[in-house]
Amino acid sequence: MSSFITRTGTTRTAAGGAQAFQGRSSGPLRAQCEVLQYRKIGLYHSLTFVSPEIADRAQPGQFVTIGVEGKHTVLRRPFSIYQVSRHGPWAGTVEIIFRATGEGTQWLTTRSKHDLVDLVGPLGTPFPIPKQNVASLLVGAGYGTAPLLYLASVLQQRGFRADMIIGAKSADRIFNAIEAKRLSATTVFTTEDGSLGEEGTVTEVMARMLEGGRTGLVYASGSMEMMRDVSQLATSHGVPVRVATQEAMACGTGVCQTCVLPVERNGQLYNLRGCIEGPVFNGAKVRWDAIGALPVMDVPVDPDAEEAFDDQ
Amino acid sequence: MKALTESQVDLRVQVGDMVLANPVVTASGTFASGQEINRFFDVDRLGAVVVKSITLEPRAGLPTPRMAETASGMLNSVGLQNPGVDRWLQVDHPWLVHQGVPIIASIAGKTVHEFRLLAERLRGLEGIVALEANISGMDTDDDGIGFAAHEGTAHEVIATITRVALIPVFAKLSSDVTDITRIAMAAADAGAAGVSVINTPLGMAIDVESRRPKLAAGTGGLSGPAIKPVAIRAVHQVHAALPDLPIIGMGGARTVEDVVEFMLAGASAVAVGTATFANPMVTLELVEQLPVWLAERGIKHVRSLTGGVKI
Repeated sequence: MSSFITRTGTTRTAAGGAQAFQGRSSGPLRAQCEVLQYRKIGLYHSLTFVSPEIADRAQPGQFVTIGVEGKHTVLRRPFSIYQVSRHGPWAGTVEIIFRATGEGTQWLTTRSKHDLVDLVGPLGTPFPIPKQNVASLLVGAGYGTAPLLYLASVLQQRGFRADMIIGAKSADRIFNAIEAKRLSATTVFTTEDGSLGEEGTVTEVMARMLEGGRTGLVYASGSMEMMRDVSQLATSHGVPVRVATQEAMACGTGVCQTCVLPVERNGQLYNLRGCIEGPVFNGAKVRWDAIGALPVMDVPVDPDAEEAFDDQ
Repeated sequence: MKALTESQVDLRVQVGDMVLANPVVTASGTFASGQEINRFFDVDRLGAVVVKSITLEPRAGLPTPRMAETASGMLNSVGLQNPGVDRWLQVDHPWLVHQGVPIIASIAGKTVHEFRLLAERLRGLEGIVALEANISGMDTDDDGIGFAAHEGTAHEVIATITRVALIPVFAKLSSDVTDITRIAMAAADAGAAGVSVINTPLGMAIDVESRRPKLAAGTGGLSGPAIKPVAIRAVHQVHAALPDLPIIGMGGARTVEDVVEFMLAGASAVAVGTATFANPMVTLELVEQLPVWLAERGIKHVRSLTGGVKI
């Protein structure tokens, strides 16, 4: 294969040469992970990998990168972690949800049980979890909902209230409605064509819910436009908001500087990397209007110093 | 040739006055200053860490998207985003010194004077074994490759740096010139201890649906296996013209065979770049696999490969 990643593949199986992970006792690692299950969920695809270490270290909002094979691909592909299992029959597994949009993701849909796939992770910053019980509103769109369901399961374990608004163009693009209902106190679905739930967008429902005054915190995951709108709406209601951003990235580990977003920290604007300072950012501090524009950067004092969670 | 054991293989290389524990180094701009990849392994296992280019002032870089994958390669237009020399000295340099890995400090200036000031700021600092003058990387300039485009400008900037630097200076050259050996000669004549060959050639990709360039900046540097034959050619040409000038070879290297190929073409050390994006462990894997490859072939000294191509 002409791919950069030569050790993933069709021929090797777990029995043929699963090796211990590469990395340290904490932080991200690299491992050849056995596929436990591939399945199609509506328009989306799911892959579950065996990786006790990644499952153990992952938190909601983080991602893995996968070495894909293709005729001429060279880069890994990033995927939000949908869920991990640390106990029970699926213990030590990590699941991702994706759409087959290109050569790399098409290749992933051809993986089947016992294939080995090259994973690096967990990478990036997680969604911060509140220290005490505040009612969280989780706003997801399309398969961006997947990491929010992972977050919702963690909030549920803590006994914290979570409400969800799940939107999509049409009913077939709503990801895992049953799981959303199971994990949230109230669930509202919106579709642009009205084929499921309310006709309209997530922000229309969100505005109504914020008026209710119960929501103490908003999490969002979806398109950048949707997260911009959600961030502005939450901020206008004085509610803190955390978003899981996405920008084209080459390395996923923080070295290439391609996935940067303009984010304000301590009163200054920085180009922060979506893969290491993100992907989860304070939505109120992302300069949505400056994305893709020529960035302005002040002299960094300490861009690594994350603000306190309840800073607003 | 009689096969050796791995432990009998001598991986040390001499690159000008520098002796490195092995020939595998990082390509500037693909490894930051090492802290991110040190989450995976101890970066002091590498021959040296060539840090991301340092500029005098903080640089915000270019707009996104900054990256586009192309056939067997990728384009980037980061625009030398970095927090500037003050912060590098405050944060990254002490960290690298603590790791004990040889540091090759890549510097980039908009003007000859900026290069001079940077060389002065980095003078006499612990752990920095060489400067790599990124004279082909100011991708915001009109001509795309800056000082390395012409013999005269290359000579002027390298002469200025070598006058103030107390350590070896490597000139990073671009293959986007009519004759790279003339630029290399100019750099050597100006006192460069060696050359780093090659910087990313300028490329472009267009989205055929939107008809817009895939990079916000329009053009960007091409890297990855796609450019390796160009890089091998350039290293070979420079080595043939200037056999005594040490070369750090780079451009698409990702396997042990690639490292060997660069050395046969004339490189004394090999920088690995885009391959780190695909596999954060790759540089360490090369350090571990290289002695195996050499031992199997009875090659005792990796440095004996340099310039070994049979023409």
